[in-house]
Amino acid sequence: MFISRMSKPASKTLKALLGLCCLWLASTSYVHAVIEIEITQGGESAIPIAIVPFGWNGGGNPPEDIAGIVSADLQRSGNFSPFNRADLIASPVSGDKPRYGNWRLAGAEFLLIGSVNKSAESYGVEFQLFDISQQKLLTGFNFKVSDQTLRNAAHQIADEVFEEILGIRGAFNTQIAFVSVEGKSRQKSYKLQLADADGKNPKAMLTSPRPILSPSWAPDGIRIAYVSFENRNRSAIYVQDRQKGSRKKVISKAGINGAPSWSPDGTRLAVTLSFEGNPDIYILNVNDGQTRQITRSPAIDTEAVWADDQTLIFTSDRSGGPQLYEVPASGGRATRITFEGNYNASATVSADGKNIAFVHGSEVGYSIGTLDRESGLFQVLTDGSLDESPSFAPNGQMIIYATEKGGRGTLGAVSLDGSVSQSLSLDTGGVREPAWSPFTN
Amino acid sequence: MYKSISLSSTVLLCFALSACGTNPSRSGGSIPVDVPPVTQPVSIDGVVDDTDVDPNSVAGRAPKERVIFFDFNKSELRPEYLDIITQHGRYLAQNPTGRARLEGHTDERGTREYNIALGEARAKTIARMLQLQGVSSAQLRSVSYGEELPVDEAHNEDAWSKNRRVNIIYEVEIQN
Repeated sequence: MFISRMSKPASKTLKALLGLCCLWLASTSYVHAVIEIEITQGGESAIPIAIVPFGWNGGGNPPEDIAGIVSADLQRSGNFSPFNRADLIASPVSGDKPRYGNWRLAGAEFLLIGSVNKSAESYGVEFQLFDISQQKLLTGFNFKVSDQTLRNAAHQIADEVFEEILGIRGAFNTQIAFVSVEGKSRQKSYKLQLADADGKNPKAMLTSPRPILSPSWAPDGIRIAYVSFENRNRSAIYVQDRQKGSRKKVISKAGINGAPSWSPDGTRLAVTLSFEGNPDIYILNVNDGQTRQITRSPAIDTEAVWADDQTLIFTSDRSGGPQLYEVPASGGRATRITFEGNYNASATVSADGKNIAFVHGSEVGYSIGTLDRESGLFQVLTDGSLDESPSFAPNGQMIIYATEKGGRGTLGAVSLDGSVSQSLSLDTGGVREPAWSPFTN
Repeated sequence: MYKSISLSSTVLLCFALSACGTNPSRSGGSIPVDVPPVTQPVSIDGVVDDTDVDPNSVAGRAPKERVIFFDFNKSELRPEYLDIITQHGRYLAQNPTGRARLEGHTDERGTREYNIALGEARAKTIARMLQLQGVSSAQLRSVSYGEELPVDEAHNEDAWSKNRRVNIIYEVEIQN
C-alpha cells in the first residue's frame, strides 16, 4: 500500500470564479447569499471542447446562458478544457454544418452548438455534439422546458456530452444538501439547504436556532433524513419530504439519536442509538418505527453506511482509536477494514460499492482518504487540516466534503484520483456537511 | 477513452431522453419548515443559568464551579476535578429534588457523529461519578452536543481545550 498525497495546487492553477451573480434564497431571513465555486486545481489531460453560445430566437436577451452553464459544468469536472469565448473561431448554431478543418486547426476535439427557441409558455432547447477528428455528429436532441428548468436543461446537456465522450454518466443535473450556519454564539441560525450541484439555487428546507446534523438522501432523491437538536434535551432523527415540505420524527430515544443512513431499498435507516447505555448501530424501519440492534460492543460504534443491501460499514473505537469496520446488515461479526494511521471515520461508499471515502486523521490534521475495496489501495486526497463529511457524486467521479478556509466552513470537491479540486463557499456564513444527491431520473 | 456511437442509436437515445425530458418538479418543491422558536433562553455553556437562577433555589445554592474540562479524545476525568465532582455529588445527594443536566462537548477535530458519541461518554463519566456518591439517576440527564456548540470558535489548541468539556447545568424547576 502506498499513500499518495495531493501535491500543492499545480503551477498553472486554474482560478475560475464562477457564479458571481447574486442569488435570492427562498428563505426570508436570507438577503442575498452568494455561493462561489473556485476551481483550485485543474485536470492535466483535459479534453479541449469548443462550446459555442447557443442561438436565441425569442427577442430580448436569453434568460440563461446555456453554453456558459454547460461550459462551467464540464470545466469543473476536470475532464474537459472548454475554449474561452474569445478563442471561438465561428458561431454556428443548430442546423449549421461545422467547418471541421477550421475547428481542428483551432485545437478543438469536440464541438457543441445549439439553439433556444421561445414559444408561448416554454422554451425549445436543442443541441448537437460533433467529433471534430472523425467529422461526424455524435449526438443531439431537443426538448421543451419551462423558465424554472432551463438551467436543468443545460445541466442535462452537460451530462449528455460527458457520457457521450467519456462513457461515464454525468452528475451535473443533481443536487447537494448541506447545513449552513449564520450568526454568533447564542444567536445562531442553522439551515438545512438544497442547491444544484453547481451551487446555484440554494433553498432552505429547515431553519432552526439549534444544531442540525448528518443529512442523508433516500435513494428516491425526495426524502432526506437528518438529526435535529431543536429539543435541547434530546436529539431526534427526522425524515423530511422535500417536495411536500412535510416531515416526520422517526426516532428520539434517551441518549444519542444520530448518523442516519438510508438502506438501498429506501425503507430503513442505519442509525446510532445509545438508549441501552452505549452507542451501537441499529437498523430502524422508517414505516413502523421498529429497531433492530446490529452491533453490541462496549466501545463507540457510529456512522454506519450501507455498502450494499447486505453490508454496513461503520466507525468503531473498539481497538483504540476510531477505525472502519464492516458488518452484515443482519448482524454478526464485524471485520476491521482500515489500518493506516490511528483515525479513520465517517465512511461514505460510492454507488458502485467499489470505493470508500472517509476522514483520515494524522499528525498534520484531518484529510479525506479513500480505500479501493478490491485492491485495498489507500490514498489521501486532500491536504486540509479539518476536512470531514465526505460524500460521493452519484457517478463516483468526485467527492464533496467539508473543509475550513479563512476561519469559515466551506465545501471542497475533489476527483477520485485527486487531480482536480474546487471549493464552494457561502458569503454569509459557514457551510458544512454536504451530501450529494442520488440520480433522480 | 472516447466513445462514439452511430447516428441511428443516437436517434433512439434522443427519443428516450426527450420522452422523459427535463422533469419540472425536480427543481422545485422544497418548502422551508420553521421550527417553533425555543422559548427558554438557549444555554450553551451554563453561564446563563448561573445568573438567571434564584439564589435561594436548589440550583442557586449549588456549587459554582460547573464546567469540567477533558483531554483530547478522552472521556476520563482529570484528577484535578475530583474535588469539584465530589462537591456536586454531595450537594445533589443532600438535595434529592435537585436536577442537573450534564451537557457533553468536544473540540472540532474529528468527525461530528463520533464527537457526539465522545461528548456523551464525557457526560456519562460525570454521571457515574455523581451516582457513586449517592445521587439518584433520576436527578441526572445527559445530553451530548459533540462539537456543535463550542465556547471558542477559533481553530487552535487554546480554543480546543476550552471546548472539550461537560457543563453541569442545574435545572430551575424543582420537582417535588
